[in-house]
Amino acid sequence: MLALFIKKALQDIRENRFLNAITVVTIGLSILIVSSFSLFFINTNALLNSWKQGIRVLVYLKTDANDANRLDLRYQLQQMEDIQELTFISKETALERLKSQMRNQSALLENLKNNPLPDAFEIRIVDGSRELKQVAILAEKIKTFPQVAEVEYGQHFIARFSHIINIFKFVGYALGGLFFVATLFIIANTIRLVLYSRREEIEIMRLVGATDRFITAPFYIEGLILSATGAMLGLIGLFTAYQLILSKFQSSLALTSIEVQFLTIVQIVIFIGISMLVGLTGCFLSLKQFLKN
Amino acid sequence: MKADDNALIRMFRVSKHYASKPALINITLDIFRNEFVFFSGPSGAGKSTLLKILYLGENITEGQVLIDGMNLARIPLNRAHVLRRKIGIIFQDYKLIPGKTVYQNIALVLEAKGLSQRFVQKKVHSVLRTVGMEDRKKSFPLSLSGGEQQKIAIARAMVGEPKIILADEPTGSLDVDAAENVYGLLTAYHERGATILFATHDKDLIRNTKHRVIFLNHGRIQS
Repeated sequence: MLALFIKKALQDIRENRFLNAITVVTIGLSILIVSSFSLFFINTNALLNSWKQGIRVLVYLKTDANDANRLDLRYQLQQMEDIQELTFISKETALERLKSQMRNQSALLENLKNNPLPDAFEIRIVDGSRELKQVAILAEKIKTFPQVAEVEYGQHFIARFSHIINIFKFVGYALGGLFFVATLFIIANTIRLVLYSRREEIEIMRLVGATDRFITAPFYIEGLILSATGAMLGLIGLFTAYQLILSKFQSSLALTSIEVQFLTIVQIVIFIGISMLVGLTGCFLSLKQFLKN
Repeated sequence: MKADDNALIRMFRVSKHYASKPALINITLDIFRNEFVFFSGPSGAGKSTLLKILYLGENITEGQVLIDGMNLARIPLNRAHVLRRKIGIIFQDYKLIPGKTVYQNIALVLEAKGLSQRFVQKKVHSVLRTVGMEDRKKSFPLSLSGGEQQKIAIARAMVGEPKIILADEPTGSLDVDAAENVYGLLTAYHERGATILFATHDKDLIRNTKHRVIFLNHGRIQS
């Protein structure tokens, strides 16, 4: 029976080639847009997480802090649970680092009479305490020590980046919802048009003793085929765009530690599955309304 | 309503109204197993309405209808197939699906029952042989003459071997030869044990018949 339903569904798709092609392309575009946002979100989130993993807190000492103050602070920091590793960076070392980072412009620093950089402790945080909120609490605690002038952990940059990701996340959700409704509407309408064009045939089928299940099953299969094909088309489009962009920026990305990833097999299956579910729902809505009449 | 074992179809005080216009009025009627009954009368007499009621194409306004022990009022629309599989229906306008071949049109009845393709193939070929249309199995309905289309419609009605055939003006749009052919096919099927309800306004067809003829006029049985 299933083979017969599939045969009928494929026959229907062939008979309404144009309408079905438009449906598949529209679903494909919807999936392409939603999956693009997802891919962007997944990669930026991964990037943010990798930054969080490597997060380092710099504790700048006051300029008037002496060796005793420094040792005292080191002792107090070592007592803190969230701190995994503690490295002292003298102001001389800091200046050397700055010079090496500035490379070509290092000459600018040659004429300095005094080293303006403060002594600092570089802190590595233990796993499980690297969430931004936890780091902020730790930083506030360290700031209360009298020897400390400033605590820096890239909070402004991370906060801004997180904010941008959140905006993209929101837009992604909104677009996802919009395209969910659009795909549902497109599938429902396609099936409705096919049903309308075949209403006489369906009436005859009923008169010769066909059950509603027998009549509707090929339409559900048609909806599944259209939505799955549309989803695959959209994902192929996304993969092509991903490859093109990656090849263009490969040399620049090689210099950084940023690793851009495509969707995993599980995520691809989820996209196709959601699309098929939307296809089924669209069919259900159309068929329910049609059979009621 | 008293049970009569030999009555296949029982209509008791059946009325049907379209808005306020009556189409059938107080029809009480028994049709027996293996009976061939003509329903005759002018256009608008209620012949088609009566047949439609029997295949659940229309609901009755009043009364009760039993077919093979099934009370039609108790059959919900989504169970209509249970009744329709016991009935073969033939229409004046054939009601063949234009996009399907002759073979596919007939096979549909058996496919809907979930029968195997092998059985369907065998059965469709057999019924096409019976109506003399085996060589047209790949043709599409619109490429056939009216008489040929009606033969296909008869083949479709017979393929499921129903106990009852409802024929609504099956010869209405055919020439004399084709009409006789259709009548011959239905007679042959009746001789195999089926009950045939044949609605017609063709007086020539019923003039010398040995079968029961029920005249309808303005929705009432006249004799």
